[in-house]
Amino acid sequence: MSMIFGVPMAVLSGQLLIGIINGAFYALLSLGLAVIFGLLKIINFAHGAMYMLGAMGTVILFDNLGVNYWVALFLAPVLVGIVGVLVEYFLLRRIAGQDHIYSLLLTFGVALIMQGILTNIYGVSGLRYSMPDMFKGGVNLGFMFLPYYRAWVIVAALLVCFGTWFMIEKTKLGAYLRAGTEDSQLMQGFGINVPLLVSLTYGFGVMLAAFAGVLAAPIYSVTPVMGSHILIVVFAVVVIGGLGSIGGAIITGVLMGVVEGLTKTFYPPASSAVIFLVMVIVLMIRPHGLFGKEA
Amino acid sequence: MSQNATREYDQLRIDGLHAFYGESHILHGIDLVVKRGELVTLLGRNGAGRSTTLKAIMNMVGRRTGSIMINGEETMSCAPHNIARLGVGYCPEHRGIFASLSVHENLTLPPIVRSGGMGLEEIYTMFPNLYERRFSQGTKLSGGEQQMLALARILRTGANMLLLDEITEGLAPVIVEKLGEVLVDLKNKGLTIILVEQNFHFAAPLADRHYVVEHGRIVEEVSAGELHAKQSVLDRYLGV
Repeated sequence: MSMIFGVPMAVLSGQLLIGIINGAFYALLSLGLAVIFGLLKIINFAHGAMYMLGAMGTVILFDNLGVNYWVALFLAPVLVGIVGVLVEYFLLRRIAGQDHIYSLLLTFGVALIMQGILTNIYGVSGLRYSMPDMFKGGVNLGFMFLPYYRAWVIVAALLVCFGTWFMIEKTKLGAYLRAGTEDSQLMQGFGINVPLLVSLTYGFGVMLAAFAGVLAAPIYSVTPVMGSHILIVVFAVVVIGGLGSIGGAIITGVLMGVVEGLTKTFYPPASSAVIFLVMVIVLMIRPHGLFGKEA
Repeated sequence: MSQNATREYDQLRIDGLHAFYGESHILHGIDLVVKRGELVTLLGRNGAGRSTTLKAIMNMVGRRTGSIMINGEETMSCAPHNIARLGVGYCPEHRGIFASLSVHENLTLPPIVRSGGMGLEEIYTMFPNLYERRFSQGTKLSGGEQQMLALARILRTGANMLLLDEITEGLAPVIVEKLGEVLVDLKNKGLTIILVEQNFHFAAPLADRHYVVEHGRIVEEVSAGELHAKQSVLDRYLGV
């Protein structure tokens, strides 16, 4: 068996694959955070809870209504998106323009309430969601074994990331979003319904999180607290990439997943800390993040 | 209905307008009338309240009281995004060109609010520089080109009342001259224009009437015909 730096090739590529998959989740989540931050100028602490709702929703929809994976992949994000629009309309809108700390506390509170309710009903030990049949098994690539579902996660996440990037950078709706990020008052002066745009943007941002949640349901343990675990890492990713760049959020997400995977291969004890180490270094050298603009 | 449509309302009628930013009281009872097709300037020193008057019309200030009628419609309770839909085009001070949008995206950003606006082709003929640089980032244009873009942007929407805030500020004389020609052109097309202007020599030959704003009030109204007779009064207010 071939070795690289004293590590078997299969182990290295296996860890790389896991890294890329984790990175795909980081990318989807930090992308949503960046979209929301751009227009609403808030750090959405409820983002992890929305991801959790996507995953829990997938399981609950299946257990109670027999909704299959493919329908859930569409339905769960839409439902969570509606929750997001309601949160924006009834809560966030009321503190718009106030100090950042208010929206931070508010979204954090929303996350705790969602977690609390679901913990009360389902406990914290986790729900089971079985892999859809068509994804069982995998393919041997010669140097490693690639489970079908993991391949699908990477493809689906990257497609959605690219689609979101394209929508924001290349379409008319995206131009509204970019312009609103710069000067929403002037946009409103042109006759664009900015409050509606804000609601939809928040809804869309949390939809991305919920989509990641559905993708995660068959491979990660689905619990009401799953969001708070991943969110801390995603915030570090966002700090490294710098909020405010859509492409930057995607690239940094995947990159940090890979860095984590490689660390797991070569020095496992550091793997859960490495992203925070990178964050510290980036903050010292480029305080606005790798892709961030000078404030 | 047909009676309403044929009845001649003033394009803009402001009565007793007060405006506030937080605790500061900026406008202290502005009264003014602009008839359809008129070009009217708001003159005055910096901080007199001219830009705030335009912003108050757009519902972009903190709080307003009084009355602002556009085409006979009271707009005090109108949401900001519905003001433009009454046919108002606003060109803010410092132009408001979006850095993250290309020239073309900047130009086509504001939605069409009325029929009869200029087509893209017509606009690109009027401002050939914008056509040449349509794929550039909006803020990469020169100051003059950015001003043309800011103006062209609201001409496309079909707005029939333009609120223009300091459009000649910091621009080279040749550009200012070109802007003057554009304004004459627009006036001939029947557009109503309200011009906040520091450059009196630019505004004087263009305008039908001038309002002088000081300390948030209209202190003097001068028609084009009275300019000569009231020159000394104007000089005193404008400090030239």
